[in-house]
Amino acid sequence: MKPLPVELDSLACERDQRELFASLSLRLEPGEILQVAGPNGSGKTSLLRIMAGLLPASAGEIHYGGRSVFHGAGQEDWRRHRLFIGHAPAVKGALTAEENLSWLCALSEPVAVEAIWQALEQVGLRGFEDIPCHNLSAGQHRRVALARLYLERHPVWILDEPFTAIDKAGVAALEKHIVKHAALGGMVIMTTHHGLEHLPGVRQLDMGQLN
Amino acid sequence: MRRVVWLLFCREWRLAWRRPGDLLNPLVFFALVVSLFPLAVGPEPTMLRSMAPGVIWVAALLATLLSLDGLFRSDYDDGSLEQWVLSPHPLALMVLVKVLHHWLLSGLAMVLLAPLFGLMLALPLSSLPVLVLTLLLGTPVLSLLGAVGAALTVGLKSGGVLLALLILPLYIPVLILGTGAMDAALQGMPVTGYALWLGCLAMLALSLAPIAIAAGLRIGVSE
Repeated sequence: MKPLPVELDSLACERDQRELFASLSLRLEPGEILQVAGPNGSGKTSLLRIMAGLLPASAGEIHYGGRSVFHGAGQEDWRRHRLFIGHAPAVKGALTAEENLSWLCALSEPVAVEAIWQALEQVGLRGFEDIPCHNLSAGQHRRVALARLYLERHPVWILDEPFTAIDKAGVAALEKHIVKHAALGGMVIMTTHHGLEHLPGVRQLDMGQLN
Repeated sequence: MRRVVWLLFCREWRLAWRRPGDLLNPLVFFALVVSLFPLAVGPEPTMLRSMAPGVIWVAALLATLLSLDGLFRSDYDDGSLEQWVLSPHPLALMVLVKVLHHWLLSGLAMVLLAPLFGLMLALPLSSLPVLVLTLLLGTPVLSLLGAVGAALTVGLKSGGVLLALLILPLYIPVLILGTGAMDAALQGMPVTGYALWLGCLAMLALSLAPIAIAAGLRIGVSE
């Protein structure tokens, strides 16, 4: 799947009658990485949730390949093309890493067990495939969720604080994977407090400076 | 699509068996309530018989309500529900599978236990098929309607009381029809009318409740 350009058109978000941001316009081309930065409470997560389609925008539009992602055929495309990994990693403690991933992937497209094992190896969880996730640490939980980035074929990634609880080596591996995804024409939109200046082709959106 | 339904069913099945406590709670509650009644009101068979339909139905209703409070909560807390909402597959279908799975392990188990408790409460053998039939038609309605309430209160820290207030009025027709059918059966009158009405409610709940549950969950996730 090839991604199409994403366009935010004077997007606004209001929460509890407080304006988080207004008239946010932006165009993202395939191959770009966008880091959404800004102080706590500036609306980073809200922006990502609006883009993912979890939160309604109070005004404005998002276009994917020229079509609105809020309804119709544009929404269908967007649903198949974007992958959202939020703050809560959607990993069930009672299920093993393999069972978790097999279900999470099946929500878009079922994958083979071998592929899941390979992905777990890539995130450094080899040997943990059959262990119920409540026996894993917070960082390992996050790694299980992030293994989806090695499994699913979505061209657009929307990641909310993907580096939380991950150790240095894990962060470096993930950064490499993100850069590779962008180099292959994918798009990444992420929030993180971690500096990404050393990565090629990262654009910054500072939510603190919008208003 | 069929594969997703099957995988979801397997996932729910595994989750349920790895936390057997959650599975047993409603059944134990049902058994406790029904078995405490004869101890409290005395072993007089005629009195027990006249009370039995009401006791069994109220116990089944409350046990369902008790078990539904947490139906979507853990999926909401760990972010699974977000992924469901974002999936290209229809959310209404997925919640229907989840609720039906929940019913298989709570409602259907109560239906299977009910004849035993019926005998304990001195119901005549001839009325037991009616008891099973009405519960079989009625408990899915209780599960589906309750799931609508559970979806609407999913974002609240403790939605239990609010859930009961929201849902109990909707449970009343099922309760009246279910106990009415049993009373008619005990007096040797036909029960077809009651059973048809319960069947109607079951069809209505099966077709419309999933849409309402999905809408409720979408609101809950966007909070």
